[in-house]
Amino acid sequence: MLTNRSKQVVKKEMTWVEKAYLPAIFQGLIITFKHIFKKKATIRYPEQKRPIAPVYRGQHVLKRDESGAERCTACGLCAVACPAEAITMVAAERTKDEVSLYREEKYASVYEINMLRCIFCGLCEEACPKEAIFLTDRIVPSTFERHEFIFGKDILVEPVNERLDVTKRQTPEVLEFKKDKKHKHNLTFLDKVIVKKSRH
Amino acid sequence: MPIVTIDDIKIEVPEGTSILQAARMIGGDIVPPTMCYYSSLKTSGGYCRTCIVKVEQGSAKDPRPIPKPVASCRTTVMDGMVVRNITSPENLEARAGVVEFLLLNHPLDCPVCDQAGECHLQDLSYENGKSETRYEFPRREFDPIDIGDKIKLHMNRCILCYRCVKVADQITDGRCHGVINRGEAAEISTYIEQAIDNDFSGNVIDVCPVGALTDKTFRFKSRVWYTKPLDAHRDCKKCSGKVRLWYQGEEVLRVTARKDEWGEVEKNEAGNADWICNECRFDKKEAKDWTIDGPTKVDRHSVISANHYEGLKMIKADTLRMMGAKPHGIKVELGEGALDPNNK
Repeated sequence: MLTNRSKQVVKKEMTWVEKAYLPAIFQGLIITFKHIFKKKATIRYPEQKRPIAPVYRGQHVLKRDESGAERCTACGLCAVACPAEAITMVAAERTKDEVSLYREEKYASVYEINMLRCIFCGLCEEACPKEAIFLTDRIVPSTFERHEFIFGKDILVEPVNERLDVTKRQTPEVLEFKKDKKHKHNLTFLDKVIVKKSRH
Repeated sequence: MPIVTIDDIKIEVPEGTSILQAARMIGGDIVPPTMCYYSSLKTSGGYCRTCIVKVEQGSAKDPRPIPKPVASCRTTVMDGMVVRNITSPENLEARAGVVEFLLLNHPLDCPVCDQAGECHLQDLSYENGKSETRYEFPRREFDPIDIGDKIKLHMNRCILCYRCVKVADQITDGRCHGVINRGEAAEISTYIEQAIDNDFSGNVIDVCPVGALTDKTFRFKSRVWYTKPLDAHRDCKKCSGKVRLWYQGEEVLRVTARKDEWGEVEKNEAGNADWICNECRFDKKEAKDWTIDGPTKVDRHSVISANHYEGLKMIKADTLRMMGAKPHGIKVELGEGALDPNNK
């Protein structure tokens, strides 16, 4: 009786109309048939897609820089920031032949996100000092096996010839926040030009 | 014995004590940070200027203030001296300037650097510096060098504190590396990339306050904050055998000397630092080689000890706020036990 919401259950004798059941069945069928003519609540996914917000947080992407080198340096800050502990990585040292593949002398040889653990909060993106990881407006596809949800670098790194556009997520607030994170050594050539112009 | 007042706390210290040592005797947040001074290395200190303090009263006999900030590691106390460190806004501002100068040529490649997480320069810039750089010129650049097969030298990150040179001079037999060139072109180097292979050369890694000298056997294996420190020892003929093991899971990723709350190698009862030999450091990476003494108590200077920045920031904010109205001679009221070294 703490909530004052409990109801006394009354077992009352049914009338002969109720006992006949048929009226109740027809009542139910009328409701069912009415819904045939109403607007559908579902859509034909994946052929049809609902509009989603430009800052939607979906499947991650590991970005490459302008020359196609991977930006991630396996610093581990995304993994530390991740509240669901979904991210793991193994770092490796870049050799002389791989200079065009990776931007810094250290890179992630293994980078895995467990999409079953991920809660798509975007803290990895916020923690990243190298502008390497972004969440995109792609929805993580469903599969039948658990191990298929552990996304490795083969899925996460963007292909060189199919770049993903993440500028939609760079709202003025985000850019303002990131201003503090930027050090000059970390800027691309284009950024440097913009910084110089904004000074004058 | 002289009595010195540091940030409104009086302490009586033996004759010939430096201001820094007196502050360390008090302990807590009033201790000036150090980058080049190392208590167990002779003639260290006086290069980096991060430990500067303001001397408001030179001594009881001559109460005139010293007109410019002094390096506390190289200045001995006088009776009746009044020193201000974190309770002087001018001093904090001067130190922020020192940090900016130290960072002029630093590449800030912390995401790549193995020292990140236990780096004194990171702590220093976080606690005393600015998050931004105003430097517009190209930074000096060097290629990373292998010093022997176990030590990597990233000259880009070096702040020229000379600690490793002092170690090579005083700890190892036969010095084979030092500083060549002068001014901005100065660099730590071996003579024509000669390998360092004496037994105690690995200690240059421990004394390096930044990521300039790092352990090649730990290179890019993990980040410091993912590894768990344990104190351990073994019977070693060459050294004390007292070390710190850095575990990840069941694996020993790295072996270092034990460090005290000032980030220096711990001293034994006789007052000598427990340097460790290269065999203990590089070759004994199995749990069965060691007797575990217990988990390491982390006091200071590490992201492993959570929230250690918070208290200091509050005291400094208070100082700056209160000093805004009245620049000199106020008693700063610190929270209950704020200066107690045991209250971290």
